[in-house]
Amino acid sequence: MAYSEKVKDHYQNPRNVGEIENASGVGTVGNAKCGDIMRMYLDIDDATGIIKDCKFKTFGCGAAVATSSMATELVKGKTIQDALKVTNKAVMEALDGLPPIKIHCSLLAEQAIHAALWNYAEKKGIKIEGLEKPVNDVSELEDGDEE
Amino acid sequence: MSKLIYMDNAATTFVDKRVLDAMIPYLSGKCFNPSSIYDGAQDVHEALDNARGVLAKSLNANPREIYFTACGTESDNWAIKGVAHANAAKGKHLITSKIEHHAVLHSMQALEREGYEVTYLDVDSDGLVNVADLEKAIRPDTVLVSIMYANNEIGTIEPIKEIGELCHKKGVTFHVDAVQAYAHVPIDVVAENIDLLSVSGHKFNAMKGTGFLYIKKGTKISNFMDGGAQEMKKRAGTENVAGIIGMAKAAEIAFAELDKRMKYETEIRDYMIDRVLKEIPYSKLNGHRTKRLPNNLNIGFEFIEGESMLLALNDLGVCASSGSACTSGSLDPSHVLLAIGLPHEKAHGSLRLTISHETSMDDAKFVCDNLPKIVERLRSMSPLYEDFVKNK
Repeated sequence: MAYSEKVKDHYQNPRNVGEIENASGVGTVGNAKCGDIMRMYLDIDDATGIIKDCKFKTFGCGAAVATSSMATELVKGKTIQDALKVTNKAVMEALDGLPPIKIHCSLLAEQAIHAALWNYAEKKGIKIEGLEKPVNDVSELEDGDEE
Repeated sequence: MSKLIYMDNAATTFVDKRVLDAMIPYLSGKCFNPSSIYDGAQDVHEALDNARGVLAKSLNANPREIYFTACGTESDNWAIKGVAHANAAKGKHLITSKIEHHAVLHSMQALEREGYEVTYLDVDSDGLVNVADLEKAIRPDTVLVSIMYANNEIGTIEPIKEIGELCHKKGVTFHVDAVQAYAHVPIDVVAENIDLLSVSGHKFNAMKGTGFLYIKKGTKISNFMDGGAQEMKKRAGTENVAGIIGMAKAAEIAFAELDKRMKYETEIRDYMIDRVLKEIPYSKLNGHRTKRLPNNLNIGFEFIEGESMLLALNDLGVCASSGSACTSGSLDPSHVLLAIGLPHEKAHGSLRLTISHETSMDDAKFVCDNLPKIVERLRSMSPLYEDFVKNK
């Protein structure tokens, strides 16, 4: 199993690690059973809907750290609607790919952002167009051909 | 990163220079088939006999009880399936433990698919098999008990002599997977009541693709490979001459230095265990503290995941291993760590360091100096640690 240089860079020097106090939205996905847990914090400008800041904490392998780190970079500065376009495939592409067994990490990163947005929407009592309730167990989202 | 610090000797070892030197003549000049009749070939045959003698002596066995194989996995497969098949008329029940290597567990599962029954014994929190549990599990139709000498992940050394004694009292054949233990701790197949014993060459500075199975005289076992007359017709195929000569040389070197190596490795191991447990909070030794291979440390660190530790160590030039799922190619953490009762999140956070007689105290210090920083950094990014601190 080989990681790309970009993945290595992101697990060696992860961007945006940490917490945001009084975050607009916080989402945690994954479970210890499968070995990866991701938590995303979002600071959203209510007026413009722009994600001003995004931080994460992750328990997991190198790919889990790298996908979380890249996901925070990709959504930072974007509107909520544009952030929803940051799919697991976008995260993977930005990292120059992932080993097949690690694809679930990119799904977790996508779902962690969705979970944080879901939390924001719940707090505000709003509905975000195109956002579905995130799943905790990403194995149900995976295609069958990744083994 | 300048220097490589290799602490993954349970995965494989480097070939000793003296072993390589012993092998080279058999790869070039003396490359005759040992089954041929001319002088050169007979010399090779004699060299093989000598190698067999060295290996037999190291276990207190007879040379005719040593059968060369291609690896530890082959030895395990042959021992388990061979004894099961040869004794099918007597019974179709086998007993093993939940912490065996996959070479044993998957051989057992293959037999289950053929209609055999297998009992998988639990182990205690140190990874020890309970002899009383084994006694309860033995039935009139039990034909084989297979228990490892020492565990490859947590290093725990099993009560082999007591298990062997019980097996012999009950008339059950006893197989021991000694892949991690052979040439690392003394083994006496007679005193320890062992009927079959698996060994792998590359775990003690011989080359990959070498191994042997000790089969006590009189043990009923089916042939592994049919063909020529090699290995008393039980495991046909032209011998891996150079590999075997090298394996015997490696054994000769290891046993000549065994006491010294054990003392040295134990000292480094204990230094590292003591420092890590003292300097890193929420860490715990996996496996038995003293009934343990001299070269094995396995430590669990709460709130962090094993692979990220391995990657951080790799950046420092340290080669190590983990029981985390991410290193196994599946999503489940090590079956051994789960069997000793660790919950999933703790099983994911284990680190295995397996040292050797060539590990220096400076290497040990370097790893101990750097581990706390790595663990602290990973914990600072861990949501599990964040929750733990907030709820404290």
